[in-house]
Amino acid sequence: MAQQAVGLTAYGAYIPRLRLQRKAVAQANAWIAPNFLGKGKGERSMANWDEDAITMAVEAARDLLGPDDDRSHVDALYFGSTTMPFKDRLNSGIIAAALTLDENVRAVDVASTQRADTSALMQALAAVKAGEAKSALVLAADHRKTKAVTSQELDFGDGAAAVMIGSDNVIATYLGGASLTVDFIDHFRGDTEEFDYNWEERWIRDEGFAKIVPRAVKAALEKSGVSAGDIKHFVLPCIFGDKFAQQLAKRSGIAPEAARDTLALNCGETGAAHALVMLVHTLQKDAKPGDKVLMLHFGGGCDALIFEVTDKIASQAGKRGVMGSLAARVEETNYLKFLTFNGLVEWEKGMRAEQDKKTALTTLYRNEDMLMGLVGGRCKETGVVQFPRSRISVNPNNHTVDTQEPYKFAERKAKILSWSADFLSFSMNPPNHYGMVVFDEGGRIMMDFTDVETGSVDSGMEVKLVFRIKEFDDKRGFRRYFWKAVPIATSGAKSQTGQAAE
Amino acid sequence: MAAGIKDKVAILGMGCSKFGERWDAGPEDLMVEAYLEAMQDAGIEPTQLDAAWFSTHIDEIGTGKGGTPLSVALRLPNIAVTRVENFCASGSEAFRGAVYAVASGAADIALAVGVEKLKDTGYGGLPVGNMGTLNPQWSPSGSAPGNFAQLASAYRAKHGVSREDLKRAIAHVSVKSHANGAKNPKAHLRNVVTEEQVLNAPMIAEPLGLFDCCGVSDGAAAVIVTTPEIAKAMGKKDIVTVKAMQLSVSNGLESQHNSWDGSYFHTARIAAKKAYKEAGIDNPREEVSMIEVHDCFSITELVTMEDLFISPEGGAVKDVMDGFYDADGKVPCQIDGGLKCFGHPIGASGLRMAYEMYLQLQGRAGDRQLANPKIGLTHNLGGAPSQNVCSVTIIGAQGA
Repeated sequence: MAQQAVGLTAYGAYIPRLRLQRKAVAQANAWIAPNFLGKGKGERSMANWDEDAITMAVEAARDLLGPDDDRSHVDALYFGSTTMPFKDRLNSGIIAAALTLDENVRAVDVASTQRADTSALMQALAAVKAGEAKSALVLAADHRKTKAVTSQELDFGDGAAAVMIGSDNVIATYLGGASLTVDFIDHFRGDTEEFDYNWEERWIRDEGFAKIVPRAVKAALEKSGVSAGDIKHFVLPCIFGDKFAQQLAKRSGIAPEAARDTLALNCGETGAAHALVMLVHTLQKDAKPGDKVLMLHFGGGCDALIFEVTDKIASQAGKRGVMGSLAARVEETNYLKFLTFNGLVEWEKGMRAEQDKKTALTTLYRNEDMLMGLVGGRCKETGVVQFPRSRISVNPNNHTVDTQEPYKFAERKAKILSWSADFLSFSMNPPNHYGMVVFDEGGRIMMDFTDVETGSVDSGMEVKLVFRIKEFDDKRGFRRYFWKAVPIATSGAKSQTGQAAE
Repeated sequence: MAAGIKDKVAILGMGCSKFGERWDAGPEDLMVEAYLEAMQDAGIEPTQLDAAWFSTHIDEIGTGKGGTPLSVALRLPNIAVTRVENFCASGSEAFRGAVYAVASGAADIALAVGVEKLKDTGYGGLPVGNMGTLNPQWSPSGSAPGNFAQLASAYRAKHGVSREDLKRAIAHVSVKSHANGAKNPKAHLRNVVTEEQVLNAPMIAEPLGLFDCCGVSDGAAAVIVTTPEIAKAMGKKDIVTVKAMQLSVSNGLESQHNSWDGSYFHTARIAAKKAYKEAGIDNPREEVSMIEVHDCFSITELVTMEDLFISPEGGAVKDVMDGFYDADGKVPCQIDGGLKCFGHPIGASGLRMAYEMYLQLQGRAGDRQLANPKIGLTHNLGGAPSQNVCSVTIIGAQGA
């Protein structure tokens, strides 16, 4: 029996909408580091204060999975990141809960290297090949913290990508790959450290990338039986510029024009997610059926994977992906806001922020699907849906008892009923927007808004729901997650606003 | 249908501390201030008190829990003291406990005292409250103005009112209350303000500016109740009796069911209907002489005019702008300055409202005395529009 082809069956991505303008950063720091003025070009993605590697990965996964909230087919989840919010609490388990995946899912965190994405991908491919999983979701995200006045704060970006591994409707067949493990320390982040410690860039380029990457390429080509000349897309995250990537491709016998966009200008390097981000970008933008893609990620050695694109690639046309994420951008020129969001400025939050944010873990677990998955209830007798679920139904005409089945809200259409922009309560990004969100198919939730343009909100606007950080408990190193509403700017508000009145 | 409370209980005496930023006074001092005035008004000795109810909302910065803070501060003769808490309607809850005790015959004379010491937080506005262990994990970490401000967005959407028109109407609400509060020596805020000042004030929670928000005050209020027969036997004249006392509490419909549109108080309408029935009032717009409502924010007062069935649905903006609720209007509202200017020491507010109605009914309201009022209504709300408790109490001249 011929072995079934295994490969990518779907993709998704998420890049936060804020794009920090590098010129603003370079100019703010020019008094101390005029040498960075030359790097003041383009923009980098910047996570909102309530985003981290987990929330971004959830968004990428939702892009991949689409609005169908029956996700019982996903039987494995591999999450690659070097900025896992928890050192000991299964980070992929948080993602699984947010996505309301079945509890039988195998969830694995892959960490400690920039090539965590490709390593996660290789594990997923192996699991599916071995028949241990049928639909393995691979997610990667990074939200790296950088010191002010470093080249990293300019080079890096925040983002996430997702691919599904399976053997049905494969969009890119896995042909083979190789890994090289070399303890080459271009940078490191010690156990108790927040920031990377970096060695000289020229050494990393010449002794690291230039020597290690070609060895991984050679091994992967050999294992897959693909010749270098057949590689159409050379996907390699690196910060040394397009020319360097082209030279590296050429050195391995690959056409220099195969080197794909590192997204340096419009996104920045998204760390352990970046090979996956670049792969999704390539699949979305450049790849055609029959094309062979070489995907590489450098870090403690190098992973190399080769895929062949199939005609099923067309099935992904509706995805936001990387291109859609890059298009949904809001320019941010406030460098101080970037520093504040990343905890690099000690600012006076006011006494209202002193309230203890201790989370009762017992309560959290009792209400896990509600809090993590935005699951409410639907009455089996009357069909009335509500949030949260309760033993006695809220239905004013029929308070049925013990009739509710779980009902997922996260992918449903909803609109704003009432709202306010509150300057009094503490917010990391004032004014604090929140309001009553009413779902088209029933149910309502009073919830926080995020990714809001002040002055643009009104009753009647459509919202989409996103999984975000609700609050930080700095005292205990915990963070609460919940869902928030993002007003969709293009949706028409039904009420007249004073300013808009004719 | 229960027979109701009408005319079964009379007010024997009332007292109210000066409200405001009482840097000089702790909660015990404030309670004593209100209590001594009420005792003097009633003309009784502490030994004549059979039971007491004590309302205060916030434990952390106030008196702490239990009935002891009241008993110790007033040196009560070891009688029952029940502490009650029902958000910002706590004062009305204490009042209700004392009234029901007398009506049941369990007590001849009962005391209710409400207090709040808010200005020990170190910052402006109300303290951030404790919401239990589940709510903080999903409910927005907002503020009172942010919750009540949402009435405005929903009211505009429902009635097609422009932001400017609504903003101007709620500004008038505050201008009126400041004018009234200026005449009240016990009020926290006694300055007269103009509509322009209100409209141009710093934004607190869209569309509520600084002057759309009530004072955050320290204060206490007290009432002593008995039966009309005992009051009469004690030689009391112009006896004021309780006509109705209703409390409606949200059951989650507003926050979880799509039948509520966010522009009004579901509970207030229920409590008002029941109270009018209990008091035998058929046409509140004509029969109620004056009202003290829970104007924590100007928009709350505006929509409440409709919830109490005094303004027609969608008609509050016009009534407000016409001066219907001004001191010289048909139904004066917040004649003492309201929460807006008299102030809002949470646990005391429901009793403070009754205090003004009582003074007005007895013709003792000084510069702000209305001509011959017969029926006064107090509306005391706690929580947020989407989930709250609402008390409607009606008091009036005996026989009215």
